[in-house]
Amino acid sequence: MRFIDEFRRSDLAQALISQIHRRSRASVRFMEFCGGHTVTIFRYGIRQLLPPTIEMVSGPGCPVCVTSNADLDKAIALAEVPGVIISTFGDMFKVPGSRSSLQQANADGADVRMVYSALDALQLARENPDRSVVFLGIGFETTAPTIAASILQAKEQQLANYHVLSMHKLCPPVIRAILDSGEVKLQGLVCPGHVSAVTGSRTWEFIARDYGIPCVVSGFEPLDVLQCIAMLVDQVESGRSEVEIAYSRGVKSEGNAEALKLMDRVFEPAPADWRGVGEIASSGLKIRKEYGEFDAERAFPVEVSQPIEHEGCICGEILRGVSTPLDCSLFSHACTPQCPVGPCMVSSEGTCAAYYSYGGAVGG
Amino acid sequence: MEDKILLAHGSGGKIAHELVQRTFVEALDNPMLSRLDDSAVAEFSGRLAFTTDSYVVSPIFFPGGDIGKLAVCGTVNDLAMSGAKPLYLSLAFIIEEGLPLSELKQVVESVARAAQEASVSIIAGDTKVVHRGSADKLFINTAGIGIIAEGIDISGSNARAGDKVLLSGPIGDHGMAVLSVREGLSFSTALQSDCAPLNSLVTDMLYACRDIHCLRDPTRGGLATTLNELAGQSEVSIRIDEDNIPVREEVLAACEMLGLDPLYVANEGKLVAIVPAVEADRVLRAMRGNQYGTKASVIGEAQAENPGRVTIKTRIGSSRIVDMLTGDPLPRIC
Repeated sequence: MRFIDEFRRSDLAQALISQIHRRSRASVRFMEFCGGHTVTIFRYGIRQLLPPTIEMVSGPGCPVCVTSNADLDKAIALAEVPGVIISTFGDMFKVPGSRSSLQQANADGADVRMVYSALDALQLARENPDRSVVFLGIGFETTAPTIAASILQAKEQQLANYHVLSMHKLCPPVIRAILDSGEVKLQGLVCPGHVSAVTGSRTWEFIARDYGIPCVVSGFEPLDVLQCIAMLVDQVESGRSEVEIAYSRGVKSEGNAEALKLMDRVFEPAPADWRGVGEIASSGLKIRKEYGEFDAERAFPVEVSQPIEHEGCICGEILRGVSTPLDCSLFSHACTPQCPVGPCMVSSEGTCAAYYSYGGAVGG
Repeated sequence: MEDKILLAHGSGGKIAHELVQRTFVEALDNPMLSRLDDSAVAEFSGRLAFTTDSYVVSPIFFPGGDIGKLAVCGTVNDLAMSGAKPLYLSLAFIIEEGLPLSELKQVVESVARAAQEASVSIIAGDTKVVHRGSADKLFINTAGIGIIAEGIDISGSNARAGDKVLLSGPIGDHGMAVLSVREGLSFSTALQSDCAPLNSLVTDMLYACRDIHCLRDPTRGGLATTLNELAGQSEVSIRIDEDNIPVREEVLAACEMLGLDPLYVANEGKLVAIVPAVEADRVLRAMRGNQYGTKASVIGEAQAENPGRVTIKTRIGSSRIVDMLTGDPLPRIC
C-alpha cells in the first residue's frame, strides 16, 4: 500500500503549495462538492496552507446530509413495520428525522442492522427468509450501481423478501440548482472523484461551458486536492474554464460504462427532495417498474406526517455553501457529534462534523 | 456430538463443579485458587493498585488473540499503567448456553498462557451460564491487584509543559485485526492483534527512570482519545508530529478502505508515556530494548498554552486539532 504514502509526501506538497502561492492573484472562491474532500481538507489542514486569495467552501456532497427529513421519517416508519429488518449504512443510524431516529427506533424494538454494502443486505435477506429486509439506498452515482446490482441479483435468485428504499441522488442537477440560485458565487469547482469515476469527467462540462466556471476532478489524498487547487488557480489566472482531471488514476472522461448501464437498467430519473435545496426535477433515482417488486415504497406503503425541521439548524444553508458551521448558533453547544441536531454533524463526511472534529479555527 | 455448555453448568451442582475443576482449576492451577474457598487469601504490604474491567469482544477469537488473552493482558496493563507490579487477578465468566466446551477450554488455556507470561496468578473466579441470547458467547469480568513501589507517582494528571510524549509502537493493530474477522466485514489481512502484557516493558522503563509522569494504554478510542484524556487531566496541551507516529502498512490500507483514522483505532499492547524531556532518550532506549517496545518513538511534547488541546503537525506541514473519538468510527459509504 505504498501508493498512499506517495500521495502524502511532504516535499511534493510543499512544491504544490509554493506553486499555488506564486500563481494565485485574483481573489477566488472554490467549492469542494464532496464530503470526502472536505474531510481531506480538514484532516490535513489544507485551508491554512493556501494564500488569502483562495477561499474554500464546502458543498452538498454528503449523501446522509442531503437526505431530507421526509425521507428519513419514511425510513423510520418502515423500521416500525412488524417483520421488517432495516439494513443501512452506519452513518444513517444516528441521523435525527423529524421526531425520531433509526437508533431510537432500534431501542424501541425495531430491528435495524448496519451493513457495509448492499450485498450484505442481500445476504441478510437470504438468511431471514421469513422476514422482509429493507435496504436504505442512499448515496450518489457512486453507490447506486452496486445497489442496482443487488436488485438484479435478488431478481435472479428470486429473493422476494429483499427491498430497497431508493433515496439516491444525482450530483449534476444539484450543482446546477446551486449555481442557478446565485446565492454563492464560485470561481472554481473541485469535482467529486468517486462520482466522476462512474459518470466520467465529461458530466461536468455544462458547468465550464454554461457558467464559465473552471472544473477539476480531484482524488482524496492531500496531494490530489492540492494538485486540483493548483489546476483551478491556473485556469482562473489564464482565463480558461474547462473540465480537467487531477485524478487520472481513478477517472476517465467517459466514466464507467458498465456501472452506468447497471444503474440505467434498474433505476430511472425522478424528482428528489434535497435538504436545504428542496425538490429538484430528475435529481433522484427511483426503481423502474420492471423491478417494482423490490421497491420498498410499493411493498410497504407507510404514512408519514408532515416533516418538521429542527429549529435553529442551518444544515441547509451549509449544504448550499452559503453559511459555515461557525455561523450556526447551535454548533458545538447544542449540536455536537454526541448529541447531533442536524445531519451534517452526524455523518463522518458532514461539514459540521469536519469543523467540529478537526477544529474550525485551527484546522480551517 | 460436540460438548456444549448447558444451563446446568451454571447450576452450582455436580456438573458445575466438574466444569470448574476440569476446565478452570486444572488450567490455572495455583495454591490460592485450588483451595476453592469462598475467597482467596493473600498477604500484601505496600501501596495497593486495584482495577476492574469487562471484556465483551466479538468475535471471541481473532487474529493474534482471543477474549481470554485480552482479559488478562487488559487487566495487567491497567495495573501496570499506574506503575504497579501486577500480582493477582480474578476472572468471572458469563457464558451463553450452547458455547462449545472446546472453545471455552481454548479461552481458559489462553488465559493461563497470558497469566504465565505476565507473572500473575488467577486467584479467584466465578462461572455463570445464561440463556441463549442473553449474552454473546462469552463475557469475562476481571479484577486485578498490584503493588506500587516506593517513590513511584504515575498519574494522568502529572504531565508538565516541556515533557516528551513517547509511544511504544505502531498503532491500530488490534482494532483492525478484530474488524477484519467481524461478521459482514471480513477482509483478508496478515494483520495480528497487538494484545500483550506490558508490565515487563513498564518495569524496564521504570528501571531507566523512576520519574515517569504519565502512562496510559491507548485502547478504545485509540491514541487520539488517550492523548486528549492526558491533556485534559494534566491541563497541558499536547503537540504531536504525524511523521513520527508509526502505523503498519496493513493497518493504513485497511483504514483507507473503511474510511477510518488509525489515530482512533484501538490498541491492546501499546502504551503512551509522558516523561521529563531530559529523561526521554533514556526511557526510549529502555523501551526499544523490550520486545514490546522495539518500535518506540518520541511522538511529541506537552506544552503550556491551550490546556486540554491536542494538535498534530500533519504530513504536509499544516496543523490541526486532534479531538477525542466521538461516537463509533464507521466505515465510509461513498
